[in-house]
Amino acid sequence: MNRDTESLLLLLLGGAVLRISADDTFLRYVKGWTRPYLLLAGAVLIVLALLSLWREHTTPRSTRSQRLRDTPPGPGAVPAGEAAAEVDPSPALPESGGAQRSESHADHSGPRVAWLLLLPVFAIFLVAPPALGSYAAARGSNTIAQPAGSEFAPLPAGDPVTTTLSDYATRAVWDQGRSLAGRRVRLVGFVTPRPGGGLYVSRIVITCCAADARPVKIAVTGDTPSLAPDSWIEVVGTYGGMDSSAGKSAQVPVINADSVRPVRSPSEPYES
Amino acid sequence: MTAPQTSPPRATAQAPAPARSARRALTSTDVLTAVLVLVLLARPLLSGLADGAAVRTWATVFVAICVQALPFLVLGVLLSAAIAVFVPAAFFARALPRSPAAAVPVAGIAGAVLPGCECSAVPVARGLMARGVAPPAALAFLLSAPAINPVVLVATSVAFPHRPEVVLARFLASLGTAVVVGWVWARFGRPDWFADRRGPDLSGVGRWEAFRISMRHDFVHAGGFLVVGGITAAMLNVVVPRSILDAVGSSEWLSVLALGALAVVLAICSEADAFVAASLTQFSLTARLAFMVVGPMVDVKLVALQSGTFGRRFAVRFAPLTFLVAIAGSLLVGGWLL
Repeated sequence: MNRDTESLLLLLLGGAVLRISADDTFLRYVKGWTRPYLLLAGAVLIVLALLSLWREHTTPRSTRSQRLRDTPPGPGAVPAGEAAAEVDPSPALPESGGAQRSESHADHSGPRVAWLLLLPVFAIFLVAPPALGSYAAARGSNTIAQPAGSEFAPLPAGDPVTTTLSDYATRAVWDQGRSLAGRRVRLVGFVTPRPGGGLYVSRIVITCCAADARPVKIAVTGDTPSLAPDSWIEVVGTYGGMDSSAGKSAQVPVINADSVRPVRSPSEPYES
Repeated sequence: MTAPQTSPPRATAQAPAPARSARRALTSTDVLTAVLVLVLLARPLLSGLADGAAVRTWATVFVAICVQALPFLVLGVLLSAAIAVFVPAAFFARALPRSPAAAVPVAGIAGAVLPGCECSAVPVARGLMARGVAPPAALAFLLSAPAINPVVLVATSVAFPHRPEVVLARFLASLGTAVVVGWVWARFGRPDWFADRRGPDLSGVGRWEAFRISMRHDFVHAGGFLVVGGITAAMLNVVVPRSILDAVGSSEWLSVLALGALAVVLAICSEADAFVAASLTQFSLTARLAFMVVGPMVDVKLVALQSGTFGRRFAVRFAPLTFLVAIAGSLLVGGWLL
């Protein structure tokens, strides 16, 4: 891999990162607070790539390496830089004896594995993988962490009151549903098919990126229309205890639905 | 990359010359262009590939791991290039004790100042070694930095509210592991386990030019391995069923090992792993401590990065050693504090 190829790879990768952080696409993969860092990292890569392309096509040093790449270097044609490197090894790791492989052979400067940098670029530009959905939700089971305090603040005012699935599940599991009792609650999530019929309204919770995803599933009982997996729904209903069919350790709460209707997917697909 | 060559470099440069001039028409830039054109033409076929739910989930997790790690890798190579170019070698000789045994704990504690995750630490450790820092000390820094920096400790205290002992246990077990591994390496480590990876040729260029060259060099070298790690971690993430975990939750010893292994497999960023650990409520705190101590030091993404940066012979020794010490450290500190 020569230096131009290295620079072009950086340019593509930087462009891919800027592309997904320019709109809401990046929210499918990472949390919203990462946006400035992504923009900065993408910009650094692009500047590095453009600067490298420019420097290596305009300065005398690049003509030297160009010549090294394109013509068979005779003994007299060894560039000054390389000759110096033989005498005075540039910063190097502790070396095994006698190994003096120089990296300044331009066409061998980058390792072959660097070609793999194309994979995320292709994945972003061509496949644009969607946010995690019902497949991931069905594979994992609810693990609802115990909240900080033992006291649960009452739900805010509103009828129905909108809350997150994590909040609903936490109140159900660790407050035995007391602070949910007697309230109509509105939940928004996507459909995950429930084993044995019916559906879960579900969300994926991430902290940093989609690799640390944890699902939250709430079983929906009542008159549920048949909906395709991954379609987004709004469920309004009341607390219906824990889902005993899911097993004792499953921590799946129930919502007795008054109404279930399709909604548009939110721009931020994950809960935190 | 290639086997060590005993012949002088000038002769090496000459030998393949006829072949290279014959193939001169085909440079790697041409290959890149061809690949890009082909992929664009084959685009309809490729988007069909991602139809299965499992493949889609894999692709999402893969892109997520790459995207999430990228800013940290950029930060890492930036710092590494800055160390290589702007910090005089004499600085580290003055700052660190002469004997490796004493330098290891100092470097381990110095890890607290690098506010990044494990992806930044690898290139920085390499930069430190290139600047003459003894490998055991640089390795202690490599292990401690992603685990005990303030960002990670604050994230841990948020994930385990009102349990400051978890934060303290994480700090002590991680620092202890880093120092012990550093000492073991100082005693038994051999220089020829490191691959012969020279830095780029920086002779005869200005400082900023040298900064640019080493930054690109480090990024290209580490980036490909990060992708390898991302591929593996995403695959294991999608393939390994979480129900396996429920089976081992009952036995304390098994669960410590299992959560340690889970940390290796999942390759979660050290700034997020505390939240995942907090959600693994069916396990003891000691097992979850092992998850948080092992994760920033050994995971599939990190091992790929390390073998790319320091060589495979290094990684196959360093990763198991670190895993064992981290498990032992978690059991000790967990038994004492939690």
